Amino acid sequence: MKFRTIVSAATALTVVLPAMVGAAQAQTQIQFWHAMSGRLGELLDAQVAKFNESQNDYEVVATLKGNYSEALNAGIAAFRAGEQPHILQVFEVGTATMMAAEGAVKPVYEIMEEAAEPFDANAYLAAVAGYYTTADGQMLSLPYNSSTPVLYLNKNALEAAGLDPEARPATWPEVEEILVKLKESGSACPFTTAWQSWIHLENLGAYHNVPFATQANGFEGVDAELVFNGDLQVKHISKLGEWAEEGLFSYSGRRNEGGARFRSGECALFTESSAGYAGVKAEADFPFTVTNLPYWPDVEDAPLNTIIGGASLWVMSGHEAEEYTGVARFLTFLSSPEVQAQWHQDTGYLPITHAAYELTREQGFYEENPGTDVAIKQMTGKEPTDNSKGIRLGNFDQIRTVIDEELEAVWQGQKDAKAALDQAVSRGNELLRRFEQSVR
Amino acid sequence: MEKRVTFDHRLLPYLLLTPQLVVTVVFFFWPAAQALYQSLLLPDPFGLSSRFVWLSNFEYLLTDRYYLQSFTTTAVFTFFVTLVSMSVALLFAVLADQVIKGAGTYKTLLIWPYAVAPAVAGVMWLFMFQPSIGVLAFYMKAAGFRWNPVLDGTHAMTLVILAAAWKQISYNFLFFLAGLQAIPKSLIEAAAIDGAGKWHRFRTIVFPLLSPTTFFLLVVNVVYAFFETFGIIHTMTAGGPGQSTTILVYKVYADGFVGQDLGSSAAQSVILMVVVGALTIIQFRYIERRVHY
Repeated sequence: MKFRTIVSAATALTVVLPAMVGAAQAQTQIQFWHAMSGRLGELLDAQVAKFNESQNDYEVVATLKGNYSEALNAGIAAFRAGEQPHILQVFEVGTATMMAAEGAVKPVYEIMEEAAEPFDANAYLAAVAGYYTTADGQMLSLPYNSSTPVLYLNKNALEAAGLDPEARPATWPEVEEILVKLKESGSACPFTTAWQSWIHLENLGAYHNVPFATQANGFEGVDAELVFNGDLQVKHISKLGEWAEEGLFSYSGRRNEGGARFRSGECALFTESSAGYAGVKAEADFPFTVTNLPYWPDVEDAPLNTIIGGASLWVMSGHEAEEYTGVARFLTFLSSPEVQAQWHQDTGYLPITHAAYELTREQGFYEENPGTDVAIKQMTGKEPTDNSKGIRLGNFDQIRTVIDEELEAVWQGQKDAKAALDQAVSRGNELLRRFEQSVR
Repeated sequence: MEKRVTFDHRLLPYLLLTPQLVVTVVFFFWPAAQALYQSLLLPDPFGLSSRFVWLSNFEYLLTDRYYLQSFTTTAVFTFFVTLVSMSVALLFAVLADQVIKGAGTYKTLLIWPYAVAPAVAGVMWLFMFQPSIGVLAFYMKAAGFRWNPVLDGTHAMTLVILAAAWKQISYNFLFFLAGLQAIPKSLIEAAAIDGAGKWHRFRTIVFPLLSPTTFFLLVVNVVYAFFETFGIIHTMTAGGPGQSTTILVYKVYADGFVGQDLGSSAAQSVILMVVVGALTIIQFRYIERRVHY
């Protein structure tokens, strides 16, 4: 009796198990390495889970690989070892590195074509997609999470200084008036910023139609040279330097350390990514305004559009055709209006397609959450020029560090703006030449 | 007549040495040779192509004013990390050596920080001293002290030195304590009977007898400050403000692992190897003379 049970169990197992294994193997796995931790990671996992449930052929496996730099390094190291994932999330600073790596990446337009997935590069916001497309309009990586800098104001602080709490300063001189009043009212930190290079040099240039580097900010060749030491930039950085000396501007650090100071109410005005919205909304216990990044009114053309930060999804080469079909399906899924609109509303990142923007508007989201459409309007208000399409430079992460170092000398009062920017340009150019040599 | 044991076997000594030699070759000579070779190349990040550029990586580094400056930064950092971690550890070891009740607890607590990963230690110190979010920084500011490691290079340097030293105190403490306990009590008692005071006993008997331990720790601590502190610096200051906390090994890490400039990173490793080699020779030639075994 006992023997029989065992035999029948064994028979059952030998019949059923291979069938089960077979079913599991029929699902093709797609590896997706990303840098979205915390709340953003949860939202990304939810998207992936939704995709996996929607069909049975593919299973996307999302893995957190640390911050942006770490995820990129993990991808590169994995490629060198022949163990690369299918999809790698790379921040905008790494774009030139990825583009130069012909043979390591597979362009998105190619994947879509091969998989016969419906794909229209024009469905994406030009200001976002422009960052990741070649000069002839071929999309290389899929825009995923993109944001742009905006100005946050603490209404309570404005009121305490006897100012109109609804004030939305449009220009830097208007901002200055507010800062002076705030300082007079005893504010310890009238203004601070996150990501100084991104906001106060890279976006400053784009917003005022002034180049950051030659060759259309690096889009047209790796022989680009930095030119962000022009009159406008010197003027802007000198002004911030003066404000630092007078106690109107208080430096918080190289990344978004200023966020904590704004959310706690210590700093009254704050320039930060539009993706900071979710955090401010969740933590600040005071009413706040989100408005456009200020500009200099004496510059012709200003304001143009700002440029993006954030990351895009790169597909790496060296996998099976069948797997790429799955990648294409997943990318289509991520670009669908519903998924994108939800992501945009949950995170504060820009909707990457026109359809997602329209859908969000139809849903009445912008009316319920004033300030959430500032970023997208600021990005799409004008047709991007060569100076406002984006920036594509090699060794850009290191160049940003150089800029951070030199700007810190200005905030400390050790260097004037002109000297610091000149120095940053010449040090940055050396890094560009090294990159040019390495990819030739 | 002298009696000597001799081994006639010719191969035996080589055979006995082999494991040590293999380990040295595989884990030291081979990577070192790789670094030397890599330092002459300019590869692209993905390793798809690389160019032989002779010594231009070194030329690029040695004409960079900021790189040269980082030698001074490293010297200051290493000196203070070693000084602080060794002197504090010695003090704790002497105190713990005298404790009778609950000695185990004290020792365990003092050894704990060594288990903390450098990056975690960095983040922990940030939570205390970062001007925007730091708990202690808040009280320091409230007390009227203008504490700002984000913009003040000296403050930033102080902060990374303290964090790096703090992590190493446990290690030093362990060796100092073992050293102290190995000193024969009879010597100290004899001196005490002769009327030597506490400080006098420490200066003339205890410290000289600790000198082998101290010398060993000096070498270990210099190596620690040189090579194992980039995690702390990365999490706390990222080399800033300006370049005031960019020590040599941090630049190796930042250029190689963050910037993907492997050629320059390899060249810097080679330079570091030479510097540390020279330092070790100096230590053994000049400082070891004062050591009594």
